[in-house]
Amino acid sequence: MSSSSRISAKLLERQLEGGHMSRRDFMKFCAIVATAIGMDASFGPTVAAALETKKRPSVIYMHGAECTGCTEAILRAVDPYVDVLIMEVISMDYCETIMAAAGHSANEALEKAMANPEGYYCTIEGAIPTRDGGLWGQVGGETMLSLFSRVAGKAKGVIAMGTCASYGGIQAAAPNPSHAVSVGEALAPLGISPINISGCPPNPINYIGTVVHLLTKGMPELDDVGRPKLFFGSTVHDKCPRRKHFDAGEFAPSFESKQAREGWCLHLLGCRGPYTYNNCPTAQFNQTNWPVRAGAPCIGCSEPGFWDLLAPFNRDVRMKGE
Amino acid sequence: MADKNYTGHITVDPLTRIEGHLKIDVEVKNGVIANAWSSTQLFRGLELIVLGRPPEDVHNYVQRACGVCTTSHALVSIRAVEDAMKFKAPPAAELVRLLILSTLDVHDHLVHFYHLHALDFFDMASAIKADPVAAAKQAAQVSGREVQPGDYYMVQARLKKFVDSGQLGWLTNAFFLGGHPSYRLTPEENLILASNYLEGLRVQLKLARAMAIFSGKNPHAQTMRVGGVTCYESLRPERLAEFRALYEECRTFINHNYVGDLTILGRRYPEAASYGRTSNFLDFSDFYDPETGKNPFIRGGIMWKRDLKHTEEFDPAQLQEHVTRGWYKDSPPKHPYEGVTDPAYSGYDPNGKYSWAKAPRYKGEPMETGPLARRALAYARGEKETVERLNAWLSACNLKPENLFSTMGRTASRMVEAVVLMNRIEGWLNDLADRAKHPDVELNKPWKMPDKAKGVGYCAVTRGGLSHWIRIEGGKTANYQMVVPSTWNLGPRCAAGKLSPVEESLVGVPVADPDRPVEILRTVHSFDPCIACAVHVINAGKEKSFKVL
Repeated sequence: MSSSSRISAKLLERQLEGGHMSRRDFMKFCAIVATAIGMDASFGPTVAAALETKKRPSVIYMHGAECTGCTEAILRAVDPYVDVLIMEVISMDYCETIMAAAGHSANEALEKAMANPEGYYCTIEGAIPTRDGGLWGQVGGETMLSLFSRVAGKAKGVIAMGTCASYGGIQAAAPNPSHAVSVGEALAPLGISPINISGCPPNPINYIGTVVHLLTKGMPELDDVGRPKLFFGSTVHDKCPRRKHFDAGEFAPSFESKQAREGWCLHLLGCRGPYTYNNCPTAQFNQTNWPVRAGAPCIGCSEPGFWDLLAPFNRDVRMKGE
Repeated sequence: MADKNYTGHITVDPLTRIEGHLKIDVEVKNGVIANAWSSTQLFRGLELIVLGRPPEDVHNYVQRACGVCTTSHALVSIRAVEDAMKFKAPPAAELVRLLILSTLDVHDHLVHFYHLHALDFFDMASAIKADPVAAAKQAAQVSGREVQPGDYYMVQARLKKFVDSGQLGWLTNAFFLGGHPSYRLTPEENLILASNYLEGLRVQLKLARAMAIFSGKNPHAQTMRVGGVTCYESLRPERLAEFRALYEECRTFINHNYVGDLTILGRRYPEAASYGRTSNFLDFSDFYDPETGKNPFIRGGIMWKRDLKHTEEFDPAQLQEHVTRGWYKDSPPKHPYEGVTDPAYSGYDPNGKYSWAKAPRYKGEPMETGPLARRALAYARGEKETVERLNAWLSACNLKPENLFSTMGRTASRMVEAVVLMNRIEGWLNDLADRAKHPDVELNKPWKMPDKAKGVGYCAVTRGGLSHWIRIEGGKTANYQMVVPSTWNLGPRCAAGKLSPVEESLVGVPVADPDRPVEILRTVHSFDPCIACAVHVINAGKEKSFKVL
């Protein structure tokens, strides 16, 4: 038996007083997120104080016509880790992908969360099918259109997570068989205008940073397609490390070329970076990479209608439509 | 109130902790399921959206079928197009693809077990009552990895603070809260699982990070393309070292914690190793030698009637898709090259059409696909590592080989597959590192799109055999059909009225508490449903209840 096995429970309990294992993670996250939402890192404790209210703010996370890639992206978050997010920062009161309850117990959890007198924030991942009055997309016998209107209608804030929720996404690409529309378009009659966190998937920091902004500083400033300027204020091209090759006119002519191997600009191979507003080059994915670094041209996945407007991919924009 | 002799109907909708949306209907007689209907309610129409687009672009679109098995749809699409072009990518590119696919598979198995399935077996709240010293001792015994009781105290303190807050978040209304007759782990075992659930959340993102070194990002890889892969930068020694460090850290968790937890479950839930059976099995070969294109590491094939003594080779000509019980215009069963996707929603009718899924059949029979199919084939063929690992698990749990064909056997097969694949990754990584030393290592080759051709891509992905079928005309996509694992496993009945694998597996499953039917979740989750394009289309408004008792 190792020596630590003999440590008494009492001693450990004393060590835990005043905090828990994730305290350090939590404070680190607060400092990082303070920076992400445009404050100095020294405001970390201020963010922490705002988040450490007696009750964790309630979040209801709905899934529409989507692929769950956005939820998976949130699982990849490190600031904070997702366990810290759902145990210490927010209360994830409904999310079909991870929730323990199923069937009517899940539906009761939703109704309970919606009856919370302190209110809740609503996130919607996925587009909303409207064909045949919405019958092509239902949850538990209710159309998504009706259910999401009910949930979002009472929310303190609505976030459209991912390009499908923001702009319709893949299922809205021509010929849009299910007549899928964005959250903003579907819920406009209710006067709901969501914050769009686009991307396929979005970088998790853009979602979590927006949630924290809402909780601490209120509504972030949005661009003309509903995205927080904090994260979507410049193009991928603006911040691209390969920009120096673009400026020098150094373009890789093919994927098998020596120039592609040496990391030259991918513009002639169809990079949509100049037309795409997102923070991929600086935020990075999975803390280690992003498509252009890995030699893959940007496909413009955070732009409205990119599946039709920016396709065909991987070829020079001047050849588009050929 | 728990009624273990219940007779009547149970509907679980939404069936949560899956990708996409699924409705399960069962008829129960004296506490045992007598009939079942699986309604996978999916229609986003990706097969229609890609028509007319350049075949080399299609992988971008179909990858968005699913953000969980994400990259597998991209890879299988690239394989279909390269098959149509009679093109073979350079060996180093094939190796990068193998590394992407294998890390995806292991990652997906890990997240499925811990974060989508394990709450069917362990009680997070009960972990607070455990003796951490006893739990650490038991964890070390089953996992072969030393655990500090202090770590368990920390987990307990955190769980206690969470539960005491009164805000149960994603655990609200969990079936185990307040006790459930079908949850049988001790508090110490619950603590071991709870701790691994939380640690697993941190491990999975490292495995995804390892994959992103080659894929640019995860989910939704962007480096794979028709012709090869784009990621020259990933071949630098420091990038390969970064991958290796992440890989080794995750391998320890897979080889110890994941293995140990399946021993705990197998011992406590022997009845789950006798129910949940299906009859026939199919999967595809994959992970071919990147140089020769031969000798697949995963060998596909066919097994009939759970016969561990005989396996057959897969014959693509025997594949057909039925639409009789799906929301499509009626047509005779068709081979995927001739497949038609003509949606026509007509409401939920268990005696007629009741699902958006088509029903794939092989020689007219329903076939289970996925980790159990692949491990059963490997076991029957005497593949050493699979035989040893499965026998070790069976003997630790006092079970027999026939118990593999069950809910618990399916879940254990997934664990064994994660271990076997994880251990194989190192060899592929070493091979790539050797090739990367050559400054001219090729990752792409030029190609020419044919004017008219057809091709198929097969992939042994996380949830089973995946195939995409393309017909090219005028250099554009003229027909595209995706035959996905979850339509094999979770589709509806076929034209002959034969039950799909999940429907067959539910028959005979006992339900201890019809109000909290955790045994249904256990069995359905054991297939790791990934309904992808699912958009819960059900009951054109006439039936309001989520559950009819």
